[in-house]
Amino acid sequence: MPQIVIDGIRHMYRPPRQRPVLALDDVSLDISEREFVALLGPSGCGKSTLLYLIGGFLPIEQGAIRVEGTPVRGPGPDRGIVFQHFALFPWKNVKDNVLYGLERQERSRAEREKLAQAFIDLVGLTGFEESYPSQLSGGMQQRAAIARTLAFDPKILLMDEPFGALDAQTRALMQDELLRIWQRKPKTVIFVTHDVHEAVRLASRIVVMTARPGRIKRVVVNELCRDDPDLHRSKDFADMVDDIWSIVREEALRAQVGRTP
Amino acid sequence: MTARFLRYLPLFLLGLAWEAVARFHLVSSSALPPLSDIVAAWIDLALSGDLLVNGAASLWRAGAGLALAIAIGAVLGVLMARSRGAERLCGPLVEAFYPLPKSALIPVTALWLGFGDGSKILLIALGCMLPVTIGAYNGAKSAERTLVWSALSMGASRWRAVVDVVLPCALPELMNGIRTALALAFVLLISSELIVARSGFGYLIGILGSNGTYAPMFAVVFTVAALGFLADRIFQLLMRRALRWRE
Repeated sequence: MPQIVIDGIRHMYRPPRQRPVLALDDVSLDISEREFVALLGPSGCGKSTLLYLIGGFLPIEQGAIRVEGTPVRGPGPDRGIVFQHFALFPWKNVKDNVLYGLERQERSRAEREKLAQAFIDLVGLTGFEESYPSQLSGGMQQRAAIARTLAFDPKILLMDEPFGALDAQTRALMQDELLRIWQRKPKTVIFVTHDVHEAVRLASRIVVMTARPGRIKRVVVNELCRDDPDLHRSKDFADMVDDIWSIVREEALRAQVGRTP
Repeated sequence: MTARFLRYLPLFLLGLAWEAVARFHLVSSSALPPLSDIVAAWIDLALSGDLLVNGAASLWRAGAGLALAIAIGAVLGVLMARSRGAERLCGPLVEAFYPLPKSALIPVTALWLGFGDGSKILLIALGCMLPVTIGAYNGAKSAERTLVWSALSMGASRWRAVVDVVLPCALPELMNGIRTALALAFVLLISSELIVARSGFGYLIGILGSNGTYAPMFAVVFTVAALGFLADRIFQLLMRRALRWRE
């Protein structure tokens, strides 16, 4: 049985004082445990909306989402999320940010401290425990946000363009880092991105979405060996990126044309 | 040290000029008593206990009124920002009440609660509540939804997320609102005590003025000014400490 069942989701986006638009139309998808799925599509295609619906942050209007058989009714610690702009608590230092989720659990103080330190070490922020988010670079802030989300041990990791705000070099490093962490702490990952490279580099399954209203256009299984650090230099990788780009291209164009007044 | 001295130099020069024009009778000494007389009068007032008794009455009224204003205003502002029902219900009231000069309520609160402490506390609470409410409202509205969502996804309840996330996000604006309220509290305190009171700094200023004893009157005015300045300085210090994470 799949861990996450998305069944016939339809969602209207209602911007204030503007006409509502159909953001998602009839989206159905099954995701298995420990799968790494990328939701790939042009901006505005509703992929983040779908992620927020799985997270329980937005109300489900039509259709259903079930996680391990239970319908999603709101956010919960079984589903952790990492946002594009980190969403760290700016008034807490790195350690207190990481501790926040652990403090919501029944654990002794010593245990919480130990876990927090372990995850800070895991993301390579040893020595920055006392730093405030505003004192860190974007890449370090995202490392702290990932540590915070991993620390309370959600079964499912939702990632909303987590490396989109980082420069190209930091992004490549963070992608490798995420794979390394994922191999050590296997979890179901749903990763939203509009970057074809990133999707092929990271995901075992790539769900390509159409321009607004977002529908699932194609699901591609990625059989490349993602453990290989030189994968992105291989011909297979380039071919795969080309294939997927040809599917996405059309939608990206449509999204652009749709936007010109 | 010299920089600090230079900063206060204009104040010192003003004091010197004041003393000179009064001593040489360039203006009538009833309009502007010499500063040295005012200092002497202040010492007399302090020794007689008048300053302490009236000061205690005033500070109690301002403190209690302000505390009520902060408690109610902060809760109301956050509630209005987080609940559409509360916003619909209280929004128009806040907007209608905001431009009203609060000193117009002096006779009203006196009518309700008499000439004692109660009417001043109510006046200050009512008058100072709105800047706090508006600060809390704007601050809470500025809380990014991803921060609230993060807390919820880590297992915080809705109430917990408000306390842990919305409140700290609201703090900078809220504290600015409280600072405005602090200044307003002094204005309302003195004006209400001037009109209807049997104790307090405002009462003392009124009595001394109508008795024609101008040096002690100025002494009380200066005391109030100094206290207002001090309160604002202390609050700014607290504010900077509470918001250190923003630097």
